[in-house]
Parts: sequence; structure tokens; C-alpha cells
Amino acid sequence: MIKNSDFKICFSVMTVLTILVGLFQSWGIALSMLNLCLISAVMAMGVNIQWGFAGLINFGVMGFLAIGGLATILVSVPPVPEAWSAGGLGILISGLFLVAVVLSVLTINKKFPNHKYKNYFIFVIIILSIPLLKFIAGPSISKIESINAATSGFLGGANLPIIFSWFVGAILCALVAFVVGKVCLGLRSDYLAISTLLVSGIIITIVKHEEWLSRGVKNVIGLKRPVPYEVDLQNSEWFIKLVEFFNSSKLSNILDPDEKISLLNQLVITSSGVFVKLCFSLLFLVVVITILYFSEKALNSPWGRMMRAIRDNEEAAKAMGKNVVKQHLFIFMLGSAIIGFAGAMLVTYDGLFTPSSYQPLRYTFLIWVMVLLGGTGNNYGAILGGFVVWFIWIQSAPFALLVINIFTNHLEETNYIKEHLLNSVPYFRYLMMGLGLLLVMRYRPRGLLPEKIIKN
Amino acid sequence: MDFLNSITLLTNFIIIPGITYGSQLALGAIGVTLIYGVLRFANFAYGDLMAFGTMIVILVTWFLQSKGITFGLLPTALLALPVGILLTIAVSLFFDKTVFEYYRNKKSDPVTFIVVSLGIMFVLNAVVRIIIGPNDINFMDGHKFIMKAREFKKMTGLNEGLALKSTQVITLITTIITCSILFYFLNKTKTGKSMRAYSNNEDLALLSGIDPKKIVLLTWIIVSILATVAGTLYGLDKSFKPFTYFNNLLPIFAATIVGGIGNPLGAFYGGFLIAFSEIGLTYAYKKFFKYIMPEGLEPSTLIQFISTDYKFAISFAILIVVLIFRPNGIFKGKVI
Repeated sequence: MIKNSDFKICFSVMTVLTILVGLFQSWGIALSMLNLCLISAVMAMGVNIQWGFAGLINFGVMGFLAIGGLATILVSVPPVPEAWSAGGLGILISGLFLVAVVLSVLTINKKFPNHKYKNYFIFVIIILSIPLLKFIAGPSISKIESINAATSGFLGGANLPIIFSWFVGAILCALVAFVVGKVCLGLRSDYLAISTLLVSGIIITIVKHEEWLSRGVKNVIGLKRPVPYEVDLQNSEWFIKLVEFFNSSKLSNILDPDEKISLLNQLVITSSGVFVKLCFSLLFLVVVITILYFSEKALNSPWGRMMRAIRDNEEAAKAMGKNVVKQHLFIFMLGSAIIGFAGAMLVTYDGLFTPSSYQPLRYTFLIWVMVLLGGTGNNYGAILGGFVVWFIWIQSAPFALLVINIFTNHLEETNYIKEHLLNSVPYFRYLMMGLGLLLVMRYRPRGLLPEKIIKN
Repeated sequence: MDFLNSITLLTNFIIIPGITYGSQLALGAIGVTLIYGVLRFANFAYGDLMAFGTMIVILVTWFLQSKGITFGLLPTALLALPVGILLTIAVSLFFDKTVFEYYRNKKSDPVTFIVVSLGIMFVLNAVVRIIIGPNDINFMDGHKFIMKAREFKKMTGLNEGLALKSTQVITLITTIITCSILFYFLNKTKTGKSMRAYSNNEDLALLSGIDPKKIVLLTWIIVSILATVAGTLYGLDKSFKPFTYFNNLLPIFAATIVGGIGNPLGAFYGGFLIAFSEIGLTYAYKKFFKYIMPEGLEPSTLIQFISTDYKFAISFAILIVVLIFRPNGIFKGKVI
């Protein structure tokens, strides 16, 4: 694996970009960029498993990321006992009701597979269940939401370490992907793209407006962390010693003890931020390498060969006795689970869950640009795409600022056009993304690191 | 009297907004469906094309207003519309020449087209935001109301008011004119028929001597007109915000598929179906039942099928139901 040239390209690009940003901007910025790059790489690998391995076009990335984010709340936030006692029972009953509806639909589907009015009957059941569900859950929901509305107003979670939520997020996403896949995967590619995009819209609407579950647009802040807090670090003996040790040359130049202590304090504060980010980086790097390892294994296994065969010629694979429908569903669930994992990682890193920030441009199409730019069907390509695209995404605003300043140097500060351009600097990143995608699709349609044809 | 009140209530809160929103969706959906029928791909850049056209209209409106030119009682934007249409056509043709033509000649698969249209979506998104900014812009001027709720109450003596905004009437009239011309063109003229033939069966159309370049050119022109008109009408009725236009792509797609993708008449009906279900299912009927139910039987709850937060979700759900039961759409799709 280490001998692989793609591997080298991938990780040298990653290191060079991080070091460049570290040298020219600051190590804090460099590390937070690296962390988001790593998270993006996981997302891109998830999409790559669906699109690159199996040719399934999933524009519902945003929805799965949000489910992953929701998992962090359900797992890590302490429960709100008042809310549970006020409305927990109602929520549980409506949950049971929902299960009953699903079971009845499934039994009808199974018992009368060929009945003429079967579909209409199922349709009526589903339509009737929505007002009924509202009737059952409504009072408890309003009770829950009225308890401490400003600070909680939701059921809370299980108060477990947040790292569990990454796996819970993956499992939840796989379950949702199972349902979505059952409904949508039979559709042709472009229909599948549109319908998954719309499903992710439904998921976001639910996460945004079911406040008893996720606090919705009121956001959940101050989530737990899998790594130490800056404040704790700043007060711990060993960390101060560590900082002193690393900066001993700088500190020894200063003779005045007061000045020395104030400099040390400053160094401790800045390095505690860097240290926390570094811990996150290590954690994320472990995730990326683990997923990469298994993904490569899978790609080179008989199963991976079968998936590529299905992707390249579905009919032939079917004729060879492969169960295309089942494999498509499985890989859709697998890819979505990885996306959900990344979604939980993202929320953990941010430390807050803001459902209204989930927008398709940033959370669906940007991930797609990563995969297409990096190289479809190649795991290293997906990782490289995650890095390069996130780097461009972050750095295009400063870059645009520079270019605008060069070209409008002769204009006065108060010039209308110059002011307007300087105000719209953040939007140049969309332009860069679009142009980048168009150029890559035209001149390197298989991405920067194309798929390797494996002959065995 | 109560009966009349209840009818007025429904007209005011469901029928008039439904017709307006439906017309806007229908115009958009016909554009998407034409691209799908003739050029054979789902254009994700369509929402941003609408935003681009509307942006030009707004800029020209501002220019006209600064010169002191207005359109009397009607909004100035209608005067600016031709300029907006021309520039949108230019942009569409530019992207077709630089981007889509290459893939068309290569006969790429639909997914490649979708991906490329994503690239154009990003570019247009950026262009609109750089030129006019991401904020809400209200560019409606002229006479705002044809009938105000208060005047209606005074006139008829009913308890319920009926407001009619001029933008709603303008939307309806413009849609009727645009759609009649379009359907006349598609069904009666030779060029329109050749366009349908091309959409139905490309090879046969080529054999009969139809020039594909001309058809493609024509399609982009029609689509740009529809996008600009739909975008401007939506902006006049509500307001212009680039992000909303991108979001409107989703109900437009839903309308397109519900009506049978590639079928303009289906898209037209699909737009109204989506609009009426979105508005009708999220409206609270409490007041309505208060009027028509006998005294003592009035409902205590809102009688709302689902809360307004789920407005968009309804159109998506309809789409998914249609995809499961009739994947070709309610009206047979894939032929214009």
C-alpha cells in the first residue's frame, strides 16, 4: 500500500498544503484547514463508494450529513428529565404508532402482492396516519418544547461520550439509506439524482422543524469533545512544562522574569488551541486511514470486482447471476453510513449543531466536486479531491482579494466598483469551484487521480 | 352569507396564491422539461439561470428608474424584461457553445451532463452574487393592489376580505400569453413540430432533414425566455433573493417529473398540482369550518394537515409517491 504512487501524491499534497498555510498564515488556521480537509475526505470517500464503485448517483449527501449531526445530539447531550416526564410517554406512544403503521403497510404489501387496490390502500393509510400522528404527539411535543424553551426545550440525548455518536450516526444513516434505497434505487440515473436531492430536502426540513428532537433552528451548542478543552490544558502542569520545553530557546533569550512569564502564558494559550486541533487531526487521520484501508481492501476483493462489473455493465452482471438490486442497496447503505460518520465528525469538531446551515451547495454539490475532481472510483482520488477542493474553498477568498487589489490598484478607495468587488469576495469561491469542475470535466474527465484498471 | 364568507376565505388564501405560485412553477417546469425533452438532461443550473435573468431585469429596472422612466401603473420591470431575456439567451448560448456542445457531440451519458450543469450552476451562482449580492431585493413598483381586503369588505359587506395584488394578475396574464404562444408554436408551426419530432426520435428527425443545430438553438432561446419570465414574475410577486431561486429549483423539478418529464403540458399541470398541494395542505381550515359548520360544532384545533414548515417537503413527498406509482409521471412523459 505504501508503494502506491497515488498514496504518495495524496499525502505529499496534504502535507505541503498544510505546511504552506502554516508558514504563511498560522498554524491554528493550518490545522483547522487540515481537520476539515480530513472530514471532507471521509465524505468524499463515502460518495466515491456509491458513485465510483457502483455508479449510483446520490445527491442526498446533505441529508445524511445532517442525520450524522443529529446522532451527536442523541448520543452525547445529557437528557432533560423534565421534558421526558412531561412528554416522553407521548413521544414513545407515537413512536409505537409509527412502527405499527409501517408494519401494517409491510404486511399489506406482503399479504396482497397483486391486489388491484393495494397501492391505493397503502396510500390512504399513510395519508391518514399523518394527522393521527400529529394528534397523538402534538400535546407532548408542545409540552416538551415549552420546558425551558430558551435553553433546552427538547428531549436531550443519552449523555454518552460523543465518539459513540460517530458510529450511531453511521448506523442511523444506513437505516435511512435502506428506506430511501428501497424507494429510489430502481430509478434511472437522472431521476435518482433528483429524487435523492429532494429526499435530503425532506430530511433537512424534519431536522430543522422537529424541535423536540433537535432543537431545530434554535441550534444545540457546547457539545462534548473527544479531546481535552483548552482551559483544562492551560491549567495543567504537564502542558505548561511541555510548552516551556518546546520554546526553551525563545524563553531563555528573555532575562526579565515577569516578561518571561507573560510570554509563557501567551504561548500556553496559543499552543493549547493548536494542541486541541492536533488531537482532532490525529483522531481524524486514524479514521481516514482506517476507512481508506478497508475501502481499498474491498475494492480489490472479489466483491469490489463484482461491483465494478455491475457498474460497467449491469445487464451482463445480471446475466452472470449477480443480484444487482441487492448489491446496489447494500452499497448505497454503506456509502451513506460513511457519509453519516463524517457528518457526526463534522458536528463534533464544530462543537455545535446548526440545522439551518445545511445547504445543498455546500454539503452536497461541493462533496461531489471533490469526488469528480479527485478521481472517480479511486479512494486516493477522493481523499486528494477532499483536500484540494477544501483548500481552494478556504483560500479562494484571500486569493480573490489579492487579485482584485492588484487589478484595482489604480482606483481610489472609494471607487464604487472596487468597493462592490471587495464586498463580494466570499462568492469567488463558487466561481472557482464551477470553473474548476468544468475544466476538469473537459480536460481530465476521470479526475486528477484516475481509477486504476486492475488486471487480475 | 356564511357560505359566501367561506368561499371568499378560500379564494383569498388558497385559490389566488395557488394560481400565482402555480403559474410561476409551471413556467419554470416547462423550461426544465423542454431541456430534458430536446437536449436530454436534467439541468441543475436552471434555478440560477432564472436568478441571472431576473438580476438583469432588476439592473435595467434600476437604470430606467434612475432616468425617470416608469411604466405607469404597471411595474417598470416589464419594460426591462426584453433586455433581460436577450442577455439570458446570450448566456445560455454561450454556455451551450463552450460547454454543452462538446458533450453533445461526444454523446456523453446523462450523468455527465448533470455534472457539467452543476459546474454552470456554481458559476452562475457566483456571477449573480458577485454582481448583485446575496440580499433580498424588492423591485416591484407601480400600482400594488387592484383590490384591497378592506375595500372588498366595504363593497360586499362580507366579514372576510379579498385582496388582489396587481402582481398576481400580471403573473396570470403573462403566463396565459406565454403558454398560449408556446403551445401554439409547438403544436401548429412547422418549426415547433420539428422540435417535437426531434425530441421524440432523434435519428428519425435527422433522417427527415431536421437541422439539430437549429433545434438546439431554438430550445435554448425558448428556455431562456421562460426562465427570465418565470424568475421576474416570482421576484415581482415575492422578492428577489439568489438563494430562494436556487431552492425553487426543487419544486420545479418536482412539477416537471410529476407532469411527466419531457412533456410541456404535463409540466404545466404539474406546476399547478404542486402549488395547490403545497398551499392547500398547509392551510389551517379552522376559520373555514367555523363558517360552514352549524353552531356548536366548530372545530377546536387548527384543522391543518401538516404545518407550514413542511411546505417544500410536501412537493418532494408528492414527487416520491409519483415516482413509485407512475415513474413516467401522471401524464405520459419523455415526448414533447
